[in-house]
Amino acid sequence: MLLRHTPEAIRERRALTINPAKTCQPIGAMYAALGIHRCLPHSHGSQGCCAYHRSTLTRHFKEPVMAATSSFTEGASVFGGQSNLIQAIDNIFTVYEPDVIAVHTTCLSETIGDDIPQISRKAQAEGKIPPGKFVIHANTPSYVGSHVTGFANMTKAMADYFAERGGKRLEQINIIPGYVEPSDMEEIRRIAAEMGVRAVVFPDTSNVLNRPQTGKFEMYPRGGVSIEALRSAGSSKCTVALGRTASWPAARALDVKCNVHCELLDLPIGLTATDAFIDVLRRVAGVSVPDSINLERGRLLDIVTDMHQYFYGKKLGLVGDPDQLVSLAEFLVSIDMWPIHIVTGTPGRKFESRIREITRGVPHEVNVTAGGDMFLFHQWIKNDPVDLIMGNTYLKYIARDEDIPLVRFGFPILDRVGHGYFPTVGYRGGMRLLEKILDALLDRKDRDAPEEAFELVL
Amino acid sequence: MSAIHEGKAAPAAEAIDPAAVKQELIAKYPTKVARKRGKQIIVNRVGEDCSVPEIGANTRTIPGIITQRGCSYAGCKGVVLGPTRDLVNLTHGPIGCGFYSWLTRRNQTRPATPEEANFMPYCFSTDLQDEDIVFGGEKKLRAAILEAYDIFHPKAISIFATCPVGLIGDDIHTVAKEMKERLGINVFAFSCEGYKGVSQSAGHHIANNGIFKHVVGLDDTSREGKYRINLLGEYNIGGDAFEIERVLEKCGITLVATFSGNSTYEQFASSHMADLNTVMCHRSINYVAEMMERKFGIPWIKTNFIGAGSAAKSLRKIAKYFEDRELSDRVEEIIAEEMVEVEKVQAEVRARCEGKLAMLFVGGSRAHHYQDLFAEIGMRTISAGYEFAHRDDYEGRRVLPDIKVDADSRSIEELEVHPDPDRYRPRKTAEQIAELKRDGLSFNDYEGMMVRMADGTLVIDDISQYETERMIETYKPAIFCAGIKEKYAVQKKGIPMKQLHSYDSGGPYAGFKGAVNFYREIDRMVNSRIWSYLKAPWQTNPELAATYACE
Repeated sequence: MLLRHTPEAIRERRALTINPAKTCQPIGAMYAALGIHRCLPHSHGSQGCCAYHRSTLTRHFKEPVMAATSSFTEGASVFGGQSNLIQAIDNIFTVYEPDVIAVHTTCLSETIGDDIPQISRKAQAEGKIPPGKFVIHANTPSYVGSHVTGFANMTKAMADYFAERGGKRLEQINIIPGYVEPSDMEEIRRIAAEMGVRAVVFPDTSNVLNRPQTGKFEMYPRGGVSIEALRSAGSSKCTVALGRTASWPAARALDVKCNVHCELLDLPIGLTATDAFIDVLRRVAGVSVPDSINLERGRLLDIVTDMHQYFYGKKLGLVGDPDQLVSLAEFLVSIDMWPIHIVTGTPGRKFESRIREITRGVPHEVNVTAGGDMFLFHQWIKNDPVDLIMGNTYLKYIARDEDIPLVRFGFPILDRVGHGYFPTVGYRGGMRLLEKILDALLDRKDRDAPEEAFELVL
Repeated sequence: MSAIHEGKAAPAAEAIDPAAVKQELIAKYPTKVARKRGKQIIVNRVGEDCSVPEIGANTRTIPGIITQRGCSYAGCKGVVLGPTRDLVNLTHGPIGCGFYSWLTRRNQTRPATPEEANFMPYCFSTDLQDEDIVFGGEKKLRAAILEAYDIFHPKAISIFATCPVGLIGDDIHTVAKEMKERLGINVFAFSCEGYKGVSQSAGHHIANNGIFKHVVGLDDTSREGKYRINLLGEYNIGGDAFEIERVLEKCGITLVATFSGNSTYEQFASSHMADLNTVMCHRSINYVAEMMERKFGIPWIKTNFIGAGSAAKSLRKIAKYFEDRELSDRVEEIIAEEMVEVEKVQAEVRARCEGKLAMLFVGGSRAHHYQDLFAEIGMRTISAGYEFAHRDDYEGRRVLPDIKVDADSRSIEELEVHPDPDRYRPRKTAEQIAELKRDGLSFNDYEGMMVRMADGTLVIDDISQYETERMIETYKPAIFCAGIKEKYAVQKKGIPMKQLHSYDSGGPYAGFKGAVNFYREIDRMVNSRIWSYLKAPWQTNPELAATYACE
């Protein structure tokens, strides 16, 4: 038993977090920044933060993750990080030649109160920022929110810094895909293209964090949203923000700054959330839904109707990020599965009420918490076992100890591949999710079946 | 001629002028940066008296230059205290630091019974929120310690400070003292804020000082055994310590404590009962060996269990120290027994690896130790360097008096250590030590990495991402060793990359079985077919294809 010290009896904890279901803002900001073409993320603090974030993103994506740091030592912590950042900006533009440096703060630089825009202005005045190059920033203290908040803040910075209100509205819409995999961002772009919708997708980490092996390392690969596209986002007809936590701040910023109308949707994971996404695209872009999309939808539905008996009434435990969990839970409920223990580490009241609403019809007591941890989740499972758990890699300890199948979903997934290449959004993503869920359940069924009941045909 | 040949096959390494390579590595940097890097990139030359050129090391990382380095917290919590299973390691700070250092299996551990405490799969954090930063986090820390105690009843709780905790001035040491009295278990704290020092090395120092101050010497229970040693600086990555423990046990040598891999709180507490300290990673722990000698009278020697030859040499050193015929015979017997399989695989693998080039940029002793393993299969290390070493790790301890102490080093506490009035017991007389030295056993010494490397090899301290790329383009090594952050950037260039911090879930690589594992792993990597498929048939020159067809 790896988690042998986790007791069944649940005690209230006010101060101690055990096995967190979230991490800190800067890693989300770093991930988002990688979704701008020719951008080098920069961590303003001591170098350990940057090392940790790069390591975790690298382990998750199995791809190069480049980012620089201000490398604070004690001096900078006492006297402020201005000279470190100016020096860093100079070195980065000289050595790595990005078009954009996306600075995010850490708890260290936040606590001492470094003013990034002021430091950038100084760097600009001193000629450290070459013409046509940019330094953007987001405040991401680690003691607020979670990695999802950090992602949201850096995405918002893209709108704040680049979006411009042009003279006339362009025939295009903005899609903010949320804290999802590069494969998901690619799929969202594909769906828009399939529908004939011109879309600015930002951030866009596809082809940055799921790039091919070519024998060449490129510091700035082909992917990422261009500055040009980000500028034009201010003139788009509409913004479709996917996921309240990760995408709403940027969408609202675009509305305030450039008067771009915004539609807030759930992440298009599963049937109904994808329906809503397609429907909104159709309405705001004034296009009709092509047959190819109907075909994909029909196939997803087909799996559900064919395999319903294996889904029905199965109890599930979910750990993950709020936007993902909302859509995932809704999908599971829609196919008559019962998510009964749901934990996100990211704080936020709205999450709990949304999940309560979604699971209202589940004929079982449902535990849900925002700001919870995996220790509590494990205790819930000990008290009320489930048939399947879904969440990041850290759940494998619980899966092993409690002998429950696990479907990996969310962030980080350190011990499997595929998430960077195969989407879980859209109808095709839904099919992949169902395949994974069925594989896990049916493998377990086969494993546990007595010989006389071992099925060849389903 | 340019030293760097972009896109072309590298000429023989000998044909490349290392001084020109160095110039090209720093040519792109702004002047100040170039000057600094110039001191950290050294063309090796070993003098007749074993002297080596001076290298710049343990200096600040240059802001904006992409580095391999981590922080003090990572060194303290992640590296040194992380592998001790029965401690509740509580990170006091926002959630990130605790989350990222929750590496669960990088260091393996094997509790003796299913009931024994093992908190390594757990991550404990006070998860500070903005109101705690404004009003102070001590109250939350106290409450978290109480909660941890109530749920887990550990033998000891250790507290780790993160950056903001140092800035807001939470007095973690007073809280620890208070809770120690209140709970009746050992509670101690580490001021290992990430900004301290210039790399994770500072954190190792803070961690070791803390264990030495708060734990070592608390338990005078002595383990049975004729030859009792401690293993210092061995973190049981990929099960290395398990293999070393196996070999030691076979030889009849008792391992009192490992600092710190497969380790327990009690081992630390009674480690002063050992009769010899053997130091694996010089960088992370040499000062503990020094302090234990001064306080308890335990001599120390440098050992290295990476490489079959090195492991054999280290076993012989230990046997020599105990001056016992029975032990020496036993050690020789075991070496002979273990070497049968090692030599068989070595010969087989050598046939496929001979003459290939390796580069190692890892840690603070690993870039040295692993060169032995490569040499055993005929591979040459063309360039190496440490991520967080000090000058003595490169140049040997003889330069210790010349190392200038700067402000960043001064922020790390130096303990003043005196002989323990009750526990000091010299294990050897001065005459015995002198005799052993005459006999070739060196005490309190590490000769450093550079003296072991060929002339003309490039020794690079704190290598940057840019330099890594250029070195690969220049030499096109058969394999590059570093950490996870470097891994995929190197592999995208078509060069296999072996992690030597976490072993890519492989290992063990220490000892004899470890050597066999490593030979096979490197053989697999440098001789893999996959690297020959980087270009699709239609991407290679069609004319060339036609020639082949005619032939």
